Amino acid sequence: MAHQEFVRQLEGGAHHFQNRRGLLFKLHLDPVLLILLLILSCVGLFVLYSGSGESVVHVQKQAMRFVLAFVVMIVFAQLDPSVYRRWSPWLFLLGLLALVAVLVVGTGAKGAQRWLQLPGLPRFQPSEFMKLAVPMMAAWYLSDRYLPPRFKHVLGVLVLIFMPVVLVIKQPDLGTSLLIAASGIFVLLLAGISGKLVTGFIAVVGAAIPVMWMFVMRDYQKQRVLTLFNPEQDPLGSGWNIIQSKTAIGSGGMTGKGWLEGTQSQLDFLPESHTDFIIAVLAEEFGFIGVALLMMLYVLIVARGLYIAIKAQDSYGRMLAGSLTLTFFVYVFVNIGMVSGLLPVVGVPLPLVSYGGTSIVTLMAAFGVLMSIHTHKKMLGK
Amino acid sequence: MSRKADANIEQTDDQGIAIWRFWFIVSVLAVAGCTLIYRTVQLQVDDQEFLITQGDARTIRYEKIDAHRGMITDRFGEPLAVSTPVETVWANPKELSLNTQQLKVLAKTLGVSESWLEKRVSKNKSREFIYLKRKISPSHSARVLALDLPGVYSRREYKRFYPSGEVVSHVVGFTNVDEMGQEGVELAFEKWLTGHPGKKRVLKDRRGSVIKDLDLIRDAEPGKALSLSLDMRLQYLAYRELKAAVTTHKAKAGSMVILDVATGEVLAMVNQPSYNPNNRKRLATSSLRNRAITDVFEPGSTVKPLTIAAALETKKYRSTTTIDTTPGYYRVGRKSIRDHRDYGIIDLPTIISKSSNVGTSKIALDITGDVVWDMFYRMGFGQATGTGFPGESIGLLRNPVKWRPIEVATMSYGYGVSVNALQLAQMYMVLGNDGVKPPVSLIKVDPNVEGADRGERVMAPSVAQDIRLMLKKVVEKGGTGTRARVAAYEVGGKSGTVHSVGRSGYEDSQYKALFAGVAPVENPRVAAVVVIDGPQGQEYYGGEVAAPIFSRVMSGAMRLLNVTPDNLPVMADQQFRPTHKDKKEKS
Repeated sequence: MAHQEFVRQLEGGAHHFQNRRGLLFKLHLDPVLLILLLILSCVGLFVLYSGSGESVVHVQKQAMRFVLAFVVMIVFAQLDPSVYRRWSPWLFLLGLLALVAVLVVGTGAKGAQRWLQLPGLPRFQPSEFMKLAVPMMAAWYLSDRYLPPRFKHVLGVLVLIFMPVVLVIKQPDLGTSLLIAASGIFVLLLAGISGKLVTGFIAVVGAAIPVMWMFVMRDYQKQRVLTLFNPEQDPLGSGWNIIQSKTAIGSGGMTGKGWLEGTQSQLDFLPESHTDFIIAVLAEEFGFIGVALLMMLYVLIVARGLYIAIKAQDSYGRMLAGSLTLTFFVYVFVNIGMVSGLLPVVGVPLPLVSYGGTSIVTLMAAFGVLMSIHTHKKMLGK
Repeated sequence: MSRKADANIEQTDDQGIAIWRFWFIVSVLAVAGCTLIYRTVQLQVDDQEFLITQGDARTIRYEKIDAHRGMITDRFGEPLAVSTPVETVWANPKELSLNTQQLKVLAKTLGVSESWLEKRVSKNKSREFIYLKRKISPSHSARVLALDLPGVYSRREYKRFYPSGEVVSHVVGFTNVDEMGQEGVELAFEKWLTGHPGKKRVLKDRRGSVIKDLDLIRDAEPGKALSLSLDMRLQYLAYRELKAAVTTHKAKAGSMVILDVATGEVLAMVNQPSYNPNNRKRLATSSLRNRAITDVFEPGSTVKPLTIAAALETKKYRSTTTIDTTPGYYRVGRKSIRDHRDYGIIDLPTIISKSSNVGTSKIALDITGDVVWDMFYRMGFGQATGTGFPGESIGLLRNPVKWRPIEVATMSYGYGVSVNALQLAQMYMVLGNDGVKPPVSLIKVDPNVEGADRGERVMAPSVAQDIRLMLKKVVEKGGTGTRARVAAYEVGGKSGTVHSVGRSGYEDSQYKALFAGVAPVENPRVAAVVVIDGPQGQEYYGGEVAAPIFSRVMSGAMRLLNVTPDNLPVMADQQFRPTHKDKKEKS
């Protein structure tokens, strides 16, 4: 009937449209996600130029990293999700070995041992790699089992998460270990564990906080937490970063001071202005409007990621896509939270804006995996 | 068809993700997102003002714009005190961390000792500003900065430089290291000369270096320039002659003042001993004094013309009036006033030219002390000259209710009265200016200002002219001041020789040799006073020691001031004049 006709026309139209975007489709790229990521990278470079003190070198290096990261994303998008699934345990094992290796032969800076220098390979951070490997492993482990998972399987996943997290805390790298733990736990959450378990888990975490404080956290980490609550206690020492960044954000006001006109960031008052604290530069120079627009961009990316997760064909893909997306959101939340003085200072960069290599590549690899999950659907009905 | 398939998958998945779970996750995300937005609003909207103030407090500073001190020049614009830009090297000890090698290099480049530098830095560890070396040349400071040591900076300052050095140091004075006047005109005209520093708002980075000027709060107002009345040509000349004479006579000190009789401007004021204001390292306080203003002495015979003038004013005396000075001494009370020798019966001009104490005393006692005192007072004795020069001694002119005769007698020939050299010069200026006394000034008087203070008449013109004729006789043959004569010019003056006052009254062998006069005597341009304190050796009379200095300086001054010679040799006069007239008639 008329309605049928309409649907057919629509389908035909949609088909035609897909043909026009044939290249993207053939490359297994999701156009929405791709455009959003490209916009975000451009914004990132723009802000970085200001945050690095108008350093063309920094911007060029970062741009090269983006090129590399997009290539990685495209490569990851080509692989079928089943490949990831098959390789998950092996990748996880490799990551664990690398983390152990870091503790033994790793190199690092500023009192932390995070890097692995293998002959013939560029220096890299195995903990970054685990941000992908842990959710893959957890998703693989659960997708083979009955869903929602039984309690013993939940425990199994927690053990799987626990191993890399402890190894990363040892480095020490609190920020990354939190992200790794989050990525694993998100898989559990998405696997459909019961509301009781979720509540119980929150209770355990609540109970664990004092224990962590007493036995696990290092003095400098404790200091960061204390500083959060009262930065004015030591304004020139541990409170400096947070006071400066709050000042930078606040003095931006509604519309900001204009690009390259921020005084706190341009005049060296804001520490780490091109890496972890770059949002303060944006906030000072573009004001609340700038921050809101950037957050909007992140929200759109997260929304698209969740959409991909919901539309995933199997539980492995869904859990993995959901976990990666939520981890991305945690990235943004923790970074903005710590810069604006809501959360303690843990070294979490602002995704795709902060200066720094490994995290960009890992993030884009994750988006590659998302695209792969979205574009490698088997047309069951045909 | 494919839609149908999708629907199937959705259904199976519903077992995996329940609707509540999806919305739970989304709402957690929404809450987290809103928290961030709320936090940003809190910072950027609510706390905005506070945080903007905080931001500005870190970056915005008010800086002083240096205003240099006004230049001091002579009457023709010759610079006497100039502020030149220099650099001051300073350090922030909190930023300064020097190893031994760096300390060594820094000390060497600065030109200070290592131990001094080390002590200075270690003693002020908690400070944020210490001077390392003040006021060095820009090239020197550039060398220090080139070492590129953290915490070492330099800033612009001004240093006062005195191009004429010791020649004019007493009048000009000097400033301290902070450019504040300490002596002389520099002190007297401090307010006029001082610049008012400006203020500007600047943007500074964390290291404290200025990134950008934001706006100007107040412009720097440089100090105003000051033209002194001095004529440096005369100043140099007077200084040279005075110094030579003080050296020749091994005198303790000396002063010379030259006044423009028409305007009261001080054309030259020099003293010995002097000092170099550019290098005051080994400065004796005795050489600091501008003796022409700060030191007083008894004027002795140089004021005799005043007593005579007072006598002429009474109309009881005329130039031709004669006085009997025999037998060369005159008893007043228990004291005896003596002349050099017995001059017999002499007229008034001879009293001056022979400098007869007896004659002067007799006239003074006749016309009474009050009349003499009044004349002295009108000359400005015992009163400030009004130059505003710091540390002026106004001298002593007593005015007792009842005069004792001996007081009247001694005052009439310049004892029991004290003046400074400028006051004495002022008296001769009045004689030279036909009895009008313009205010004495160290500052150039603008000749274009009509109705300016041209001075008050303090003596009848005829009296002044009569006295000048007597002064002319002093330098003529038979007078006491023949060595004051100047070739091609008629000059007049009066010598004086007084016993110096020591700790216990008059000293027998310590004298002050004085000469005061005007030139040219018919139509005077300048009045001058020479004081030589404590000449040693055979010559100590004013006519022997001070008069030659007057002669030499006036000889040069008349030419420098373009004064037409009035005493050319007769032959030259006759040869020149007719040709000149011829030319005029022809044209």
